[in-house]
Amino acid sequence: MSSLPEAQPAAPETPPLARPESLTDLFVSFTLLALQGFGGVLAVVQRELVEKKRWMTREEFVEDWAVAQIMPGPNVVNLALMIGGRYFGFRGAMVGVAGMLTVPLLVVLGLALVYAQVAGNPHIAGALRGMGAVAAGLITATGLKLVSALGKHPLGAPLVAGFAIATFVGVALLRWPLLWVLLGLGGLCCVLTWRRLGRPT
Amino acid sequence: MSITLHAADWLSLFTHYLTLSLLAVGGAITTAPDMHRYLVDERAWISDPQFSASIAIAQAAPGPNVLFIALLGWNVGLNAGGIPTALLGMTVTMLGIMIPSTTLAYMAARWGHENRELRVVRAFKQGMAPIVVALLVATGWILATGSSYDRRDWPIWAVAIVSALLVWRTRLHLLWLLGAGAFIGWMGWL
Repeated sequence: MSSLPEAQPAAPETPPLARPESLTDLFVSFTLLALQGFGGVLAVVQRELVEKKRWMTREEFVEDWAVAQIMPGPNVVNLALMIGGRYFGFRGAMVGVAGMLTVPLLVVLGLALVYAQVAGNPHIAGALRGMGAVAAGLITATGLKLVSALGKHPLGAPLVAGFAIATFVGVALLRWPLLWVLLGLGGLCCVLTWRRLGRPT
Repeated sequence: MSITLHAADWLSLFTHYLTLSLLAVGGAITTAPDMHRYLVDERAWISDPQFSASIAIAQAAPGPNVLFIALLGWNVGLNAGGIPTALLGMTVTMLGIMIPSTTLAYMAARWGHENRELRVVRAFKQGMAPIVVALLVATGWILATGSSYDRRDWPIWAVAIVSALLVWRTRLHLLWLLGAGAFIGWMGWL
């Protein structure tokens, strides 16, 4: 796993980061992100905000995602709230959440109205299975890309890889409850990081 | 299905979602079992098929999965009258699930940003990083394999692996991949 960072295509972090131009830009950006997010918006957020728009670095994205994940509530909504708030304070946070939810809500209601007619159609059911399989691939790839954000981690590659592999095995293979993993493995990793950060370099 | 809701019932619906909001660590979907217990088994405000359909539709639709909660509220209201009560139900459940968690997330994020140089804040954010990155890979794994490892599902695994490789190594637009997945499934190849 520690060899993954070098395998990344060269993406130098030298160009300065961009930022949303206005609240309207923020709202429209998040609406478009949400509308592309079939089976999970996170993959789209990472691709668009980090790789294309360059509003934040991979490291910043992982840090915000860690907070959004540990906080109660829908994760991508928390993330929209934090990213919006980062640029425009409270108004930005509200606009980020509104962008993430308003238009998708209308789409979902529209789908609910037609769902009864198409629910039994095997083609539709098959298409949803296909999109679900792709979505599973997207979320995996997002995780693999973000491995490179762990390169400068204070704990060093072997320990970081150990925590990552233990998390994967616990959640994916042993199906441990998420809360235990976050509190147990996450808590231990935070404590070790805290001790390492306090050590003079 | 037709039900009658009094003001106290609406209030109860709202407060139930207010409390669920702070319990939804790891995403709103983690509280779905409790919502099923409350809405279907205990109160009988929506039917079991309505509950399942709400989750299925929200997962098929673009956007955050939390919108299944809007549909649950919509269906409660629909059963209690018509479109006006459906809109009320949707508003009640969404505000209930959103207000506590977004307030907490906003305050935590602001505090964390103002104190970002503190050792404890840096340790938390950096300490959680390996966990949340691995969680993403694990989530993809769970979505692709489902609850059982059935060998007949190999086409689904193949689609998931190919799309993961394409997203990881190329800049192909995500919508092309989703469209291709929908096409393969539509043709009945999965």
